[in-house]
Amino acid sequence: MTHRRALGIPAALGVLCVICLLSLAIGALPLSPAAVWHGLTDPASSAYPVVRQMRLPRTVLGLLVGAALGVAGALMQALTRNPLADPGLLGVNAGASAAVVTATALFGISGLGGLIWFALAGAGLISVLIYLIGGSGVGSPARLALAGTAVNAALYAYVGAVELLDTDALDRMRFWTVGSLADADFPTVTRIAPFLLLGALLAAGCARPLDALALGDDAATSLGGRPALTRAVAILAIVLLCGAATAACGPIVFVGLMIPRLASRFTGPSLPRILPYCAILAPVLLLGADVLGRVVARPAELEVGIVTAVLGGPVFLLAVVGRRS
Amino acid sequence: MQPNHASGPASRLAARRLTISYTHRTVVRELDLEIPDGSFTVLIGPNGCGKSTVLRALARVLKPSGGEVFLDGTPIAGLPSRHVARTVGLLPQAPITPDGITVAELVARGRYPHQGPLRRESPEDRRVVERCLEQTGIGDLAARPMAELSGGQRQRAWIAMALAQDTELLLLDEPTTYLDLAHQMDVLDLCARLHRDGRTVVAVLHDLNQAARYATHLIAMRDGAILAAGPPATTLTADLVQQAFDLPARIIEDPESGTPLVIPRVHR
Repeated sequence: MTHRRALGIPAALGVLCVICLLSLAIGALPLSPAAVWHGLTDPASSAYPVVRQMRLPRTVLGLLVGAALGVAGALMQALTRNPLADPGLLGVNAGASAAVVTATALFGISGLGGLIWFALAGAGLISVLIYLIGGSGVGSPARLALAGTAVNAALYAYVGAVELLDTDALDRMRFWTVGSLADADFPTVTRIAPFLLLGALLAAGCARPLDALALGDDAATSLGGRPALTRAVAILAIVLLCGAATAACGPIVFVGLMIPRLASRFTGPSLPRILPYCAILAPVLLLGADVLGRVVARPAELEVGIVTAVLGGPVFLLAVVGRRS
Repeated sequence: MQPNHASGPASRLAARRLTISYTHRTVVRELDLEIPDGSFTVLIGPNGCGKSTVLRALARVLKPSGGEVFLDGTPIAGLPSRHVARTVGLLPQAPITPDGITVAELVARGRYPHQGPLRRESPEDRRVVERCLEQTGIGDLAARPMAELSGGQRQRAWIAMALAQDTELLLLDEPTTYLDLAHQMDVLDLCARLHRDGRTVVAVLHDLNQAARYATHLIAMRDGAILAAGPPATTLTADLVQQAFDLPARIIEDPESGTPLVIPRVHR
């Protein structure tokens, strides 16, 4: 273990703490660190409603969803052997989104408790589809990304069409469908937490088997691995993480693409080392984008899903161009 | 089909009535095979004769459609996969090199069957990885990315990975393919050294003369069946080459090693 590696996790945690503080302090009503502290601890403080009831759940949800998307992205890149894989970009989040919109518009279902199951089913369907298209290694990385983009576009068009046809039911989902943390509350957090926890445990459990699988099925089997089981667990983890994350705050792209790539620069291609970095740095990106969205459009705000898409686009292009050279 | 334990295999790794089929084609039919303990066994035969298929079945990477592979007298299919992985290692023909991996990181993945699902590398793991890097002569390349290595160095790294698995039986599927002659000899010398150190080594090779020079036990196959098995000096005959490859050849003595040397006849 090199010196740089030993310092990496504490450094990343430090950055995450700073971002969390910013997320609590910045918004339509900017607060000093002292005011944030009072807002957290003192119910009599004037900042209490803003900090405790709005920004704190929003920050916690951002932490969880960011970590989920980052870890899911790393799993997906390992599973498909494709450095351009991202659950947002490949349509997994959009699949969850389309299922949620369908459930709302067609069956009149509302409330996270019912919708989360639809989100998981939608994410599951698209995950399997993506895996069948590109997971067997027949498709080039670009082909998989292209197929995913097409699936993504079709799902977004579907969501848009349903929204147009049924404006009443979906008016309040308008922000949700672009990816937003604005409606965060603690019931949402506790509702999705068990799914994320299970997804995280499965992700941790299949990290080392996925490392063996990266050498090819024959080598992995010879090492005592079970490729089919490993793939099934990894897909289940991706579905739980992305489905629950999307149910809570809508489809968010690029977080799962950028962060694992960044993490592997520090760690090398070992998944057990990459995942902790993803779980810390992806929330940094998501909360950072959320804070940025609150700053650039003040006193209104830009949805976090739009900010990550704007930031992620150029990174994706660089990644594609960089691969060619 | 009940394996007959009373007259079970005498060697640690063996196959009985092994039948292997792909979707519509039976590649190996009712094959009996023994890998003599402590041997350097080389499988030879024409392309598509099933030698790689047999090797993969011996490593339990491929599930036979009939018959059994026995490891230490027990059907391998019923053994825990971790136990098998600690006893038999296979270096496949075309393993995948993960993007950006270094030599040491690749070799460390060979430790997989010795680690729990969540356990990190132990000092023992690190010692074994270091030893395997030294044994394969690539200790000074440990920190280098695989992508920067030459073909010969890369193959050494893969052998080191298989070695790090720390198995008594080591199977190598065409370890010399894609290497130039010097690197082929280099890899075979390495295999011979691993064999001398006490391992049972089984390799699929294409070059008959290299097989004759390095093997202690030769198995010649054609159309999924064994034509002959035994020490190269008595096994590799002109008849066998004719039968296996439809190739008229003379056998002379290798002036360097004294082993059989196959000289294809001129026919124009």
